[in-house]
Amino acid sequence: MALKMCAVPFAGTAQQQKSLMDVIDKYKDVPGALMPVLQEAQEIYGYLPIEVQSMISDEMNVPLEKIYGIVTFYSQFSLSPKGKYKIAVCLGTACYVKGAGDISKKFQDKLGIKAGDVTPDGKFSIEDCRCIGACGLAPVIMINDDVYGRLNGTDEEVNEILAKY
Amino acid sequence: MINIKINGKECSAAEGLTILEVARENGINIPTLCWLKDINEIGACRICVVEMKGWKALVPACVRRLSKFDEGVEILTQSPAVLESRKMTLQLMLSDHDKKCLSCVRSFNCELQTLCKELGVDNAVRFDGAVNASEIDDSSLHMYRDNSKCISCRRCVAACEKQDVGVIGANDRGFKTSIACAFDMPLANTSCVSCGQCINVCPTGALSEKDDTKEVWDALNDPEKVVVVQTAPAVRAALGEAFGFAMGTPVEGKMAEALRKLGFNYVFDTNFGADLTIMEEANELLERVQNNGVLPMITSCSPGWIRYCEAYHPEMLPNLSSCKSPQQMNGAITKTYWAGKMNIDPANIVSVSVMPCVAKKFELSRRGQSGQGTFNDVDISITTRELARMIEKAGIRFVDLPDGEFDSPLGNGTGAAIIFGATGGVMEAALRTAVWKLTGEDVNSTIEFKEVRGVDGVKTATYNVGNMDVTVAVASGLGNAKALLEKVKSGEMKVHFIEIMACPGGCVNGGGQIIVPSSVRNFTDIRAERAKALYSLDEANTVSRKSHESPDVKQVYAEFLEKPGSHKAHEILHTNYKATNLRK
Repeated sequence: MALKMCAVPFAGTAQQQKSLMDVIDKYKDVPGALMPVLQEAQEIYGYLPIEVQSMISDEMNVPLEKIYGIVTFYSQFSLSPKGKYKIAVCLGTACYVKGAGDISKKFQDKLGIKAGDVTPDGKFSIEDCRCIGACGLAPVIMINDDVYGRLNGTDEEVNEILAKY
Repeated sequence: MINIKINGKECSAAEGLTILEVARENGINIPTLCWLKDINEIGACRICVVEMKGWKALVPACVRRLSKFDEGVEILTQSPAVLESRKMTLQLMLSDHDKKCLSCVRSFNCELQTLCKELGVDNAVRFDGAVNASEIDDSSLHMYRDNSKCISCRRCVAACEKQDVGVIGANDRGFKTSIACAFDMPLANTSCVSCGQCINVCPTGALSEKDDTKEVWDALNDPEKVVVVQTAPAVRAALGEAFGFAMGTPVEGKMAEALRKLGFNYVFDTNFGADLTIMEEANELLERVQNNGVLPMITSCSPGWIRYCEAYHPEMLPNLSSCKSPQQMNGAITKTYWAGKMNIDPANIVSVSVMPCVAKKFELSRRGQSGQGTFNDVDISITTRELARMIEKAGIRFVDLPDGEFDSPLGNGTGAAIIFGATGGVMEAALRTAVWKLTGEDVNSTIEFKEVRGVDGVKTATYNVGNMDVTVAVASGLGNAKALLEKVKSGEMKVHFIEIMACPGGCVNGGGQIIVPSSVRNFTDIRAERAKALYSLDEANTVSRKSHESPDVKQVYAEFLEKPGSHKAHEILHTNYKATNLRK
């Protein structure tokens, strides 16, 4: 069985842990409070790796699987941290019909990770996103604040873009 | 009460009942798949949909409750639209289902297969679309998960949560949803207690016990080996169901005969081990009471409960009786006392157990359980289901078998031992012997302690024995055990002796028993029906109904163990426990 663990080592700080415990204290006796706890935990850590989910599981007395089930159900939660460079591939209608699915696949293959994941060195992460309002440039991606449009998805093009970072 | 019409027939229905319940009261069966009464009521699978006149969409009968606003409504349970919808639902499930029914362990006992037949699914590949990739999880010692046969009904998830374990659940969403552990961890890395209740509720072949029958066949076919077998009390209460007997029919004699026909050299009865357990456990209890030992003492027969205690309530470990389970005791005596008596090298014995339980497969591997560290107490443990398959495979006509006998010693048990298979049974058996020990009354002492019988999750009673009041509690199902333990820990409840069984209703409803489809189990109390078989065998026992009167037990103490709690008994029949730190 392939474990769905994050490749980047966990580097939580004591300060982050304290913030998380404060959040849990606040919600401990509130029924159905798992969602806000998970949301605030993601605010604190930026993502929800097994280390964070286990802390929540132990403190709130909820099975780890229940937490993992919720985290993987809602797209707002992430199991991986964002990379230093966040590649967002627009899958809005215009980009999609112009082949954005293939572009996303190309970047994933090139970096050896899946959408939602981060490279083991923490440099790049890929996520699919909805319309970013640049339909005239479709298909379009963003890397942090840089926009790349009218892509054709060739190997050279993808290499050229990634080489800039 | 409101008045409604089902399939044109006028019915009156109590408000708050579901359409399914009202239909059933009126003799109309509505098929279900994900619905498990009191356990999984989520209306997810859409097999039970019915038409309600005036409503746009079909409604799920299992969760749609009738209210006063439904007065006069007309419900159709078999209309063309309903039948077509159910059929299409099944076809969609089949589009992402491994359809190798011929070689599936659940063939002929698969709810998906049965529904496809009943609802006339004539084309199993109507939708030929994407298929989820999945890997088999065979990491644990007791079971397999093959998600290519999973239909995501969530019955296993609900059963696991009901056991206060919850190590499996639905991961991801939509088409990609899969039932697995957190982070797709192998089951063996989680705090799964191996009770097997998930297997019992799985409608398909997605979950099954680890099949160890090949090892048994190999042993039986090896002329050098002496192959002995023991059968747990609850097995005889359910085995008959695999061969068409009504639920609750005891098949003790046929089972013993079938085992002999399969080629086992000696057929023993775990009942002997159960009587021995009572001797040791009653002795341990009295020692604890007299010497200010840790109380309450808690039984240790159920390996699922032991795993649960080690992982979830480690602070209660000193309360656990140090007695090995009847399976392990029987095995230990087989390879020590019996091997010596028969002049057989223990290394040449293959000791097989037939259990209503999958956790017993795990129990074989427990540390401190192997006799003197040189051999396993029991070598192979198979479930009631595996035995049924072996009998079928060997071409033995079970229904026509005469009643066979067990071998002696180690093959005879008292009425007290036979009730070990039902919740409260160990407690009642222990009380029968404790009363004798404390009062010396024998002939006329109380035999039946009915307060601890029955399927209630938690039962308590106080008995005046000798000069003291003994308070006892019994819990079955780990959710109930948790509730009881919380009360004991908080001091709210003061008890001397507790019996806990991992499975609801005790071993009769164990994770290795014959699987009963939801269409039956939703309307029949399996626990009560099978328990009846055991209590009838207890009443019919002509030798004795008290463990200390067992001739086999007396013989083994006289010739080998000396007395309960002796040094030798401790060496061979007792064990220890250790907290585990697994992912909960």
